[in-house]
Amino acid sequence: MQNNPSGNQPLVEITHLYAGYNGETVLDDISLNLEDGDFIGLIGPNGGGKTTLLKVILGLLPPKKGLVRLMGQSPQQGRSQVGYVPQFAVFDTDFPIIVHDVVRMGRLSVKHLFKPYSKEDDTIVDEQLEKVDMLKHKDRSLRELSGGQRQRVYIARALATEPKILLLDEPTISVDFEARTHIYDLLKEINQQGVTILLVSHDLNVISTYVKTIGCLNRQLHYHGEKEVTPEMLQIGYNCPVDLIAHGLPHRVLANHERGHQ
Amino acid sequence: MSVILNYGFMRNALMAGVLVSLACGMIGTLVVLKRMVFISGGVAHAAYGGVGLAFYFGVNPVLGAISFSLIASFLMGYVQRQTHQRQDTLIGVMWAIGMAIGIIFTDLTPGYKADLMSYLFGSILAVTRTDLWLMLGVNVLIITMVVLFYKELQATAFDETFARVRNLPVDLLYVILVAMIGLAVVILMRLVGLIMIIALLTVPAAIGSLFLKHMKHIMWLATGLSLVFTTGGLILSFFLNLTSGATIILLSGITYLIAMVIHKFCRNCPD
Repeated sequence: MQNNPSGNQPLVEITHLYAGYNGETVLDDISLNLEDGDFIGLIGPNGGGKTTLLKVILGLLPPKKGLVRLMGQSPQQGRSQVGYVPQFAVFDTDFPIIVHDVVRMGRLSVKHLFKPYSKEDDTIVDEQLEKVDMLKHKDRSLRELSGGQRQRVYIARALATEPKILLLDEPTISVDFEARTHIYDLLKEINQQGVTILLVSHDLNVISTYVKTIGCLNRQLHYHGEKEVTPEMLQIGYNCPVDLIAHGLPHRVLANHERGHQ
Repeated sequence: MSVILNYGFMRNALMAGVLVSLACGMIGTLVVLKRMVFISGGVAHAAYGGVGLAFYFGVNPVLGAISFSLIASFLMGYVQRQTHQRQDTLIGVMWAIGMAIGIIFTDLTPGYKADLMSYLFGSILAVTRTDLWLMLGVNVLIITMVVLFYKELQATAFDETFARVRNLPVDLLYVILVAMIGLAVVILMRLVGLIMIIALLTVPAAIGSLFLKHMKHIMWLATGLSLVFTTGGLILSFFLNLTSGATIILLSGITYLIAMVIHKFCRNCPD
């Protein structure tokens, strides 16, 4: 237990983490620190452990080995200050609920048990909806929205928890190009307002122009706070998606990709 | 119409219809939204094991049904929570084992057992005063739980992972919900029978969720629809001399089909 709220303690501290399911190791010796104000994008192929990493950070999956601390606390304690935007496909897209009620879930906590939502909760919800430009849709049914709009609602829900850190899992999956740009612009703005962001995606093309630093995760993590994708990174995550080709990266990568199994 | 009310058993049955409707509307909505229809079917069928056992030992079958249905809901609920494998197979097996236990013990019980059919298919003659009190009690319990935990139940139905990250007591809420399903099964048993409970639990809520976008409103509409189905079904079964459970279920099934057609062709539906 290291508990020093003062000083330069990282918001998220991961040291020599191993994690996986049953006998299979998905994360192999990962170390990563998330400092206040960071905006890190981790890219990697499907099955490379991106979602697993987020699960471990959120205390949803216990590590096999290694240490994870959120603001000096265990993930279970620290996660109340983390806004989580889960992967889109996980949701039941047919669930009958209005936008406002989804975002209001961000206000739930143990403290709110047996208490109705307050006026203050509603104010916060409206503010976050305004921020993601969805306030005018607050009474609409979630199932009427486009993929991009829905994603913005989930971001608003995560923001309604008033988090220090925002964790996003593939925020632009099944979202069209324009909506994608919109979402990344929004994340950049949120980061500038002081929220630390960690996002994982296989969408290298877009994220490299928005995040502050980028890393590659494929079982192992390659992250040294670089701003650009390096060939070394791609060696680790060599079967990163085809988007790479458009990025004008060395031909070697493409060759590797063809040999890869996708 | 007033003919019907002259019969004590009809009065009890209609009263039971009113009482189960509330439970049905609330729990049914959660079952549909949380996609627990299969578990509910399993619990309902497994409850027959309790009926058979109670019959064999000469205890009130409702007591047997309550204990079996609660045990089945916890077991199946636990199995469904296990992320690894074959949850549906295991639930299906428990579903059948419960029924088998009921049938075997019925076989072993000497004497007249036609009454047991009423547990499977429902009977308007079956509802007793005691049953009505039981229904009232279960209703109070269910309404209290839903009112107390409404926003948390909605949140876990919508996105359990997010609720867990918010440190809500997700597992406790799940246990509570599963127990409420078990109790709802027992009070629905007399009216529609164990085999068809799954329909009365899900159809009203399914119709509601086609057209409405607030869980609260779906619960109210589902309650209203259950009331229409049970009352309408009972009256029809009385005049046509049909099995009450089957009549109620057919009525709701047909309504569901019509609702789906309307929903498909209606471009300006309220949602």
